[in-house]
Amino acid sequence: MQELKENNHLQPAMPACWNEETKPHKFCPGCGHGIILKALGEAIDELGVKDQVVFGCDIGCSLLSWDFFATDSVQTHHGRTTPVITGMKRANRDIVGIAYMGDGGGYAIGSQHLFNAAVRGEKITIILCNNCNYGMTGGQMAPTTLPGMKTETSPYGRDVEETGYPTKGPEMVAAVAPEGAYVARGTIANVRQLKGFIKKALENQIAGNGISFVECLSSCPTNWRTNAKKTWEFVEKEMAQYFKVGELRTPQVKEG
Amino acid sequence: MAEVSLQGEQRVFMTGNEVVAWAALAAKVDIMYGYPITPQNEIMHYWTRLAPKYGKRFLQTEDEISAGFTMLGGVMTGRKAFTATAGPGNVLMQESAVMAEMMRLPAVFVIQQRGGPSTATVIYAQQETTLTAFGGNGEGHRIVYSTSTHQELFDYTIKAFNAAWTYRFPTFVLGDGYQAKMREPLTIYDPGEKGLELVPTEPMVGENKPGKQFKYLRNTYNTEDELYEVVMDNQRDWDAMAPKVVEWSEKGCEDADIVLVTHGVVSRAALGAYDLLRAQGKKVGVFRPITIRPFPDKQLLAAVQKAKKLLVAESAYGQLLKLVQGALYGAPVEIVPVLRPGIGITTEELVEEYNKL
Ligand SMILES: Cc1ncc(C[n+]2csc(CCOP(=O)(O)OP(=O)(O)O)c2C)c(N)n1
Ligand code: SF4
Ligand SMILES: [Mg+2]
Repeated sequence: MQELKENNHLQPAMPACWNEETKPHKFCPGCGHGIILKALGEAIDELGVKDQVVFGCDIGCSLLSWDFFATDSVQTHHGRTTPVITGMKRANRDIVGIAYMGDGGGYAIGSQHLFNAAVRGEKITIILCNNCNYGMTGGQMAPTTLPGMKTETSPYGRDVEETGYPTKGPEMVAAVAPEGAYVARGTIANVRQLKGFIKKALENQIAGNGISFVECLSSCPTNWRTNAKKTWEFVEKEMAQYFKVGELRTPQVKEG
Repeated sequence: MAEVSLQGEQRVFMTGNEVVAWAALAAKVDIMYGYPITPQNEIMHYWTRLAPKYGKRFLQTEDEISAGFTMLGGVMTGRKAFTATAGPGNVLMQESAVMAEMMRLPAVFVIQQRGGPSTATVIYAQQETTLTAFGGNGEGHRIVYSTSTHQELFDYTIKAFNAAWTYRFPTFVLGDGYQAKMREPLTIYDPGEKGLELVPTEPMVGENKPGKQFKYLRNTYNTEDELYEVVMDNQRDWDAMAPKVVEWSEKGCEDADIVLVTHGVVSRAALGAYDLLRAQGKKVGVFRPITIRPFPDKQLLAAVQKAKKLLVAESAYGQLLKLVQGALYGAPVEIVPVLRPGIGITTEELVEEYNKL
């Protein structure tokens, strides 16, 4: 393998900022996390900011990316990646701080951090993997679980009368963030677009405009107990129907 | 931007909270993160007034969980950072404190204890002793300095940053509401001019130099054995550090029949009682742990060799007492506790308790 690589016979199709040594990665087959991180990796490569990046990952399946990139990386606590990256950026404005988390981490246990980072317009990039459940802990209901969806803690389907409707994170961030915010929702079903969103989210931080937030519709076939076909149908149809893909906020172009 | 310089020694008269802000400035702290809670508020108030003049920063966070974790982010980038809190805020900060223990982050927390449990009072207590020394799901791999005067608040706040950056364990300055709010004379100074070197900081991540070696910082491990190695490494480092940082003070223990054991602001009452009783020819001694963690076990044991009784007094119901009992396990000395959760203890009260023995 090494020989083939050295002789340029085999070029692994992976972003240059990935750490080859830790590939193949640790996510389940068919998991969306790897696709999101590929989009992120390509965006980092295109911007050439690898050496400025500090990648922070949460607890949740995102933690499996603690050694994913050949960049400075910090694995924090469940829900606490936003404040850790915020604190770094406040102390050293030259870094490109990326907080990567799940929907449980961002919308439940760390929701106060996400909300207030957005309100303060923290100049960091938050990327959140929406897989409609708590993946790492075995598929419990998450803030993003769809109405009627079965999980380990909503075995008869999510009852919105009891538990409310799924959290719309980008809509919330877009509603409270000051001018300069970049907010979008992408999907692993459209990687080109997703990469474009993530790239803009990094550029927006580098320009010092404000908070940058991208939610990514993702898959968790292990806990959804779906085959490849059903997995894609769920991501492309059911999730996208409730969670609208697109840009919600872009900073106003500065004149001159 | 003005460089911080306290220019020689200055005699000042200020509250403890103001002292902490000045000490942080003297220690060349870059950034404070905080969330309002009484009786700590004025540390932030003074810091936010002083900081911009010297190019220093402040972030008011959404809660103490965030204040703790943003501070950890700050120290990871190699900036000198701290936070301050009390009571329920101290409870919330334990989550970040254990991450600092596990990842060996030089975090500095200033705690101005208030009454507990729960919201209780905003005034005073010593009920956060156990929490500050052993809070969190770990082994208490931290340093805790319990101060008793404003001079000590200044000295030990500076020392806390040095200890944290030398040993890479989270470090706490354990004050209380009385120390926070009381006004008292002290000398503030520039540590450099006193020949006291400030330990340099160092970025763990986020340094943008060409060809840098990237780093992975983590606190999650896959196997029991992997975790065991990490914890035992930290334990060994902590054990090796303990004799170097342990501090205590004692007086008259050589020939004392009765030794008063107290910490923090209560030690001032003990010293008062000591003077009064010695003047009456009583063979009394005082012993005070300055570091609650590591606790001066051996030093306490040595100090009470001749004593028949110990009077352990604290503004809590047995938190110092447990540490003392642990240190003296098996020693033939009777321990008489004076436990007053959430209220102050005066010299007169200690003399009265002494006379009851
Ligand atoms: C304070 C705390 N509470 C609970 C947990 C347990 N826990 C670990 S991962 C997780 C859920 C992760 O779900 P999500 O954030 O959606 O990420 P995913 O695994 O789905 O990518 C929970 C609850 C924890 N680590 N810390
Ligand atoms: S449990 Fe789900 S989210 Fe976690 S790695 Fe597996 S597929 Fe991905
Ligand atoms: Mg999830």
